[in-house]
Amino acid sequence: MTQDGNPADKPEKGKEKKENTYVPSLIEAQAELAALRARSNREPARDGASGRTRPTGSQRIPMLAEADAALEALYARHKKVYPREVHGLFARLRVLLASLTLGLFYGLPWFNWGQGRQAFLIDLPERKFNLFAWTFWPQDLFYLAVILILSAFLLFFFTAILGRVWCGFTCPQTVWTEVFLWIERKIDGDRMQQMKLAKMPWNREKLLKRSGKYGAWILFSLWTGFTFVGFFTPIRELAVSSVALTLGPWETFWVFFYGFATFGNAGFLREQVCTYMCPYARFQGAMFDPNTLIISYDKARGEPRGARGRIVDPKSQNLGHCIDCTLCVQVCPTGIDIRNGLQYQCIACAACVDVCDTVMDKMQYPRGLVRYTTENALEGKPSHILRPRVWAYGGLLVAIAMALVISVLLRIPLGVDVIRDRNTLYRETPEGLVENVYTLRILNMDNIAHTYQMSAEGIEGLRLLGDLERVTIDSGQVRELVVRLQADPVNLKDRSSHVRFRVQAEDSTKLVTTEEARFLGPVIR
Amino acid sequence: MADFTSKFWEWYILILVGLSFVFCFALVIWMARGKKPTKIESHGHVWDEDLEELNNPLPAWWLYMFYITLVFGIAYLLIYPGSGVFAGAIKWSAAGQYEQEMSVADKKYGPLYEKYRTQPIKAVAANPEALKIGQRLFMTYCTACHGSDAGGGPGFPNLRDKDWLYGGQPENIKASISDGRNGAMPPWGAILGNEGVHHVSEYVMSLSGRKVNEEAAVSGKEKFQQLCVACHGVNGKGNPALGAPNLTDSVWLYGGSQAAIMKSINDGRSGRMPAHGEFLGEAKVHLLAAYIYSLSNKEPKAAK
Repeated sequence: MTQDGNPADKPEKGKEKKENTYVPSLIEAQAELAALRARSNREPARDGASGRTRPTGSQRIPMLAEADAALEALYARHKKVYPREVHGLFARLRVLLASLTLGLFYGLPWFNWGQGRQAFLIDLPERKFNLFAWTFWPQDLFYLAVILILSAFLLFFFTAILGRVWCGFTCPQTVWTEVFLWIERKIDGDRMQQMKLAKMPWNREKLLKRSGKYGAWILFSLWTGFTFVGFFTPIRELAVSSVALTLGPWETFWVFFYGFATFGNAGFLREQVCTYMCPYARFQGAMFDPNTLIISYDKARGEPRGARGRIVDPKSQNLGHCIDCTLCVQVCPTGIDIRNGLQYQCIACAACVDVCDTVMDKMQYPRGLVRYTTENALEGKPSHILRPRVWAYGGLLVAIAMALVISVLLRIPLGVDVIRDRNTLYRETPEGLVENVYTLRILNMDNIAHTYQMSAEGIEGLRLLGDLERVTIDSGQVRELVVRLQADPVNLKDRSSHVRFRVQAEDSTKLVTTEEARFLGPVIR
Repeated sequence: MADFTSKFWEWYILILVGLSFVFCFALVIWMARGKKPTKIESHGHVWDEDLEELNNPLPAWWLYMFYITLVFGIAYLLIYPGSGVFAGAIKWSAAGQYEQEMSVADKKYGPLYEKYRTQPIKAVAANPEALKIGQRLFMTYCTACHGSDAGGGPGFPNLRDKDWLYGGQPENIKASISDGRNGAMPPWGAILGNEGVHHVSEYVMSLSGRKVNEEAAVSGKEKFQQLCVACHGVNGKGNPALGAPNLTDSVWLYGGSQAAIMKSINDGRSGRMPAHGEFLGEAKVHLLAAYIYSLSNKEPKAAK
């Protein structure tokens, strides 16, 4: 992908040169349009880079915000995209996936596992994480790393096969924008009415509609912020204190912060997040190959484009199947023209596929002028789903997932840390024994209380002393025990010896952890 | 501070910062008013065969972010003491913040300590809740010298046993923590000479029933009676009022080997327990004394 490039796609560009067809990009087109107007069509427009003359005829794409297309300064004013509503297979799929992901987000925190225990709760003050039957502790952060790696490989895997399906169907930015667009449509009306409303002077209708829309957005955003905080603070208590207006300062801050972020991202920034901010949008190009599914306009079939009657045979007029209705541009949530080839702004939402299919149906042409296809398929070569890259991603994915499952199943919910006293290397007792002091930090990560037994080994005649009788630790509690090890100096082979502390639950032979430590003392020769 | 810096440098920096603001504002305005691109062209930079850098315009809100950054910088210098010359609108300082946080913490945690202050130490020592607090305080303030188990080390007394240099009653312990102690054993090497030191050490070891050279011990006893009894007493039982250790038991603060004892006599010893009364406040000292008192009034048992 080019740094900020519009003719973004490599293969498309290569082909472009080969066929010597002109494929304009959106901004290029806007700029030229402005220049054209300025010159009042006195001279023919020319492409700056190659000097090729553009194909004549009025097949220019009407811009989304053509009225103020001219660039005013070095910095471009943002032009709001008004995506037209679309129906079809992929639109239904997106609604389905959005419902699933949003349902999960808004529903999960309300779900309890056991008596009053929130099934999914990241309890920061208590430093524990409830996940259904499990409780994870900061010591288990390792699993989070594995899950993140797993997620990354899932993303690579699906991107290699299906392209940017994540962006188009499940990314929070897309999903929340979809909800906000739905609210916008309910209040402001369809695309044309929205654009009309935007140009309208401030009157009663506009005031009512704008306050209605922003009000609905704000309510939805605050609910989102509230739910998000509910993942970190028990949501039932949060609901009670929200209603009673007794939220703590930080809870209030985060509810409003996430509310504001939702409002701004889904309401205003929208496609700019994908084009300017999202790193994934930029590096996904590295995961594409000619066998990756992309949304593409079949240029061979569509060109030359042009308007025609429904009954006319396009061949007789020397036209392709594209009737240049520009619906694919009007439905695009990022405001691009898919007929210009694959572009970095394309989030693969397939809205253009849905809308073009309905047009093809009306025209009684075969569907799929804009379709999910691969670069190879477009060029008439065979496409392969199973290829080395997919095998590699898939293999790693399975291996990591299995490692994760096995390690979670084998996890021992007992944490032991041994901290050796640093102030004295060792001390001698009146009996002439060498003594070292340790602090045992025992963490019961299980869901029930246990009584633990401690022992130490590693040196002949090693004695463990301390307050060790009936060490009972409640679920989720940490106990620090100061213990002493005593050894006869004649048994010390080295100035530093390895010793092992062993902590075992009285009621389970499986709940056992050993931890290494060092024992310092003089060597008598 | 004033010894090392002069106002000149603060003004020097401030003027440089001010000029930088002016320069940055001018730069942003100047750059934003650059020539209008009528066409999207390549800058001519090409990487990896066909990756090109184009002169696409940035979104306008990007430009506003530059202004926001500059305004933020100026506001920061006005509110916080960033300039050195001007203390800032809210008079913030690190020391002030520390004091404020401490006073908040005192209000919050003070009552926890305060409720035990009026109870007698022996009663506090029997309260498991108070002992938990006491142990945490001990872990924070005392373990560096006395060890996590209060067992001490060479030069630092064991607080778990029944042997006390300055007395083991609750009020003695509290006084030791609050006001500190200075234990000074003067050096006797110059007066006794090498042989004298050796003889006295033999006598001292005989006090705790160890096998010694009888002849040397007799000679050492004479010298002990002249020089040492003032502090350690006629029987070598020590004197808690002075912190002079009991020499008849098996507890040796600086080691019980003959070499260590000779070194103590020859070079003297100096032990210092710092005063914590002002630093910790009476309530915490009270809890610590109770915790330490509790240690020598129960004996931990050995596991297996």
